[in-house]
Amino acid sequence: MKKITIAILILLCLIPFNIFAAESGMALERAPVDITDNASLKRGAESFVNYCLTCHGASYMRYNRHRDIGYTNEEILEKLVFTGQKVGDLMESAMRKKEAEEWFGVVPPDLSVIARARGADWLYTYLKAFYRDETTATGWNNLVFDRAAMPHVLYQLQGEQKLVLKKTDKEEQKNLSLEKEGKLSAAEYDKFVGDLVNYLVYLGEPHANARKKLGIEVMIFLLGMLLLSYALKKEYWKDIH
Amino acid sequence: MSNLFNSMIEWIDKRFPLTSNWKAHLSEYYAPKNFNFWYFFGSLALLVLVNQLLTGIFLTMNYKPDASQAFASVEYVMRDVEYGWLIRYMHSTGASMFFVVVYLHMFRGMMYGSYRKPRELLWIVGMAIFFVLMSLAFTGYILPWGQMSYWGAQVIVSMFGAIPVIGDTLQQWLLGDFTLSDAALNRFFAYHVVTLPLVLLVLVFVHILALHETGSNNPDGIEIKENKNPHTGIPVDGIPFHPYYTVKDIVGVVVFLIVFCGIIFFAPEMGGYFLEYNNFIPANTLQTPDHIAPVWYFTPYYSMLRAVTINFLGIDAKLWGVILMAGSVVIFCFLPWLDRSPVKSIRYKGPYFKTALALFVVSFFVLGWLGTKSPTPLYTLLAQIFTVIYFAFFILMPWYSKIDKTKPEPKRLKE
Amino acid sequence: MADSFSINDEMSGRRKFLVAATSVAGSIAGAAIATPFLLSMMPSERAKAAGAPVEVDISKLEPGMLLMVEWRGRVVWVLNRTPEMLESLVKVEEQLADPNSEKNQQPEYARNRTRSIKPEILVTEGVCTHLGCSPVFRKEIAPADLGPDWQGGFFCPCHGSKFDLAGRVYKNVPAPTNMVVPPHTYLSDNRLLIGSESEGSA
Repeated sequence: MKKITIAILILLCLIPFNIFAAESGMALERAPVDITDNASLKRGAESFVNYCLTCHGASYMRYNRHRDIGYTNEEILEKLVFTGQKVGDLMESAMRKKEAEEWFGVVPPDLSVIARARGADWLYTYLKAFYRDETTATGWNNLVFDRAAMPHVLYQLQGEQKLVLKKTDKEEQKNLSLEKEGKLSAAEYDKFVGDLVNYLVYLGEPHANARKKLGIEVMIFLLGMLLLSYALKKEYWKDIH
Repeated sequence: MSNLFNSMIEWIDKRFPLTSNWKAHLSEYYAPKNFNFWYFFGSLALLVLVNQLLTGIFLTMNYKPDASQAFASVEYVMRDVEYGWLIRYMHSTGASMFFVVVYLHMFRGMMYGSYRKPRELLWIVGMAIFFVLMSLAFTGYILPWGQMSYWGAQVIVSMFGAIPVIGDTLQQWLLGDFTLSDAALNRFFAYHVVTLPLVLLVLVFVHILALHETGSNNPDGIEIKENKNPHTGIPVDGIPFHPYYTVKDIVGVVVFLIVFCGIIFFAPEMGGYFLEYNNFIPANTLQTPDHIAPVWYFTPYYSMLRAVTINFLGIDAKLWGVILMAGSVVIFCFLPWLDRSPVKSIRYKGPYFKTALALFVVSFFVLGWLGTKSPTPLYTLLAQIFTVIYFAFFILMPWYSKIDKTKPEPKRLKE
Repeated sequence: MADSFSINDEMSGRRKFLVAATSVAGSIAGAAIATPFLLSMMPSERAKAAGAPVEVDISKLEPGMLLMVEWRGRVVWVLNRTPEMLESLVKVEEQLADPNSEKNQQPEYARNRTRSIKPEILVTEGVCTHLGCSPVFRKEIAPADLGPDWQGGFFCPCHGSKFDLAGRVYKNVPAPTNMVVPPHTYLSDNRLLIGSESEGSA
């Protein structure tokens, strides 16, 4: 019986974790995520409302929730709210769904929980992997999301990349090279996208920091409870042995 | 104070059997004294049931069973309702932990022969609880109306279409529409929050009544009631459930809560096992996700569903898959009559049974793992092999359990 | 865990202590678990956002006109009172239950005879303090059904409570107190903010 128990435990360990992570052909780059870094989250939030919110909504998120990351209501109204909305309103997209569908063929997805669906690394790589492709409707293509309907919104910052095919004996390698410089250097662009993705992770679960903090308190209480209940059990079971 | 308390109890006892029930089910319910680790999971299942009922009630206060609002209402709970995230994670983690606890509880029964005479009915009621639990999990998983909710439900409901003659009509009747839609979401919500919990509560009550009629089995698989103290009529190897097992179960509860809260507070998605990534995308009725897999507790059966790829005996592969999948769960009900061993517990059973049980566990895990994967020819072959092993455990049991070399059971509990 | 049920009537000191300590810890855990559940039933962020202060432009509100505004799902009246209406407030004072607004039904700045910041502009919740119906604005003087003493005011059709044009309750009617004046402020001459006393919380 012991052997069976051990065998089960070993089997459980063998099961690979993260089985459902996006299976993509291209290796994903690791996103620099730290949702306790309020400065990064603020930069990300301001980029988000400037570049993303025109087409995408984050319609489960309220502007005033950003007090989480260190803003005051006044700062939120000044830095994040552009369209005359109130501070308690949801972050709806400025674009009408019907128009969006006509322009892009699909309605741009809501980004509230996109980081939970796609994962931070995918988003980070995706935002860096746009390249010029004249065969698509938008003139852009993406290495991790072939024929994405989204054009490269950040090209003025990143510059324009080109696809470079390198054939080795066995496989065809796809690489990107920068053709036209953007406003930002490669390192600056990485940081820009990193902050943006960090913000998207926060956006997916704004309570995550509070959750972990409460969790530690609960754990400490339970450990105390464990000592107490174990002592109680020992005390009663003296009768039996 | 004590006097007032006693006279209050006396007043109640004349009108309601309080003390007699307390005695019959707790303070004078004699349980074998050698319960081990595996005997925590019954009371833990009860704890998770309470957790699900309580958190479920609070979720219904804010959830909207409407295809156009369901997904948003879940995020509303997560963000706008104070502590809504905690209640939702308690419920979603509770669903998975329910299966963890129930699977371990069932495995305990298989190891120590708890399904054997005189506990056949207890086992069957337990299996009925398991079926209701599966239905609850299925209907509950639909409610967030994400991509996995939608397409998972689509796959399961399509299985009914495999039933000859009446399949298509049955499917439409179940859905209340020609396809999975708002109508189905609304009625599955009704099943999930009213019908199934009521049935579950009744069955759990019956399960406990049946248990307290026969008395608990134990790791030695011998009946403590056969060895009673002639003066008191109390089994010599029995101890009162309260206080001994209540204080022991409290320790089990606290350990369980440490694991449970660890998941809730630090890994609520559990790496995509408890909350699947694709379910954070609202249901899109026009596009199936690249890769769909049920939640982990259904994956072994899901593997068997797609393991059959050929038509035979005049029945097509799709129907065979459905038959195997249903059979893989229903077959547990026959265990009391499949096991012909002279002993109950694995402690006294021979090498054949031990090997068979180990193979069964391995096949359960491998099938479960395969169920999370996209099918490839190799994986399909593996699924077929392990499906055969899974069923062989049951079908060959009357034979191998009979010829097995068993050890003699002791008269009294060890220790 | 009542002693009377335990088979061990003689509990050692250590056992008693551990039972008590575990019970206390268990009660703390129970209270701690109950807290988030109870708090989840408070108004959510959506409700709070919907209940946010409301800005009203009163530049087009003619004297004698009543404007209905929704705030927190309730009706708030903004009444521009004519000089005659303001005079009526003095006439009816003897018939009122609380003419000086002594009961705490208004912010400090509205605790005056007109119950308002600007004398002519009344801002009050249009909710009867009896059982929550919304009274009717009856500005005609001495109508047949309300009697010859009626100087204009609010009449609640549900149970017959009467209020004057400052929302003050009459004597001998079911409603116990004057109508509630919500917090409000003037952002400019014609921009009225209902529900808050400062701009920042808008």
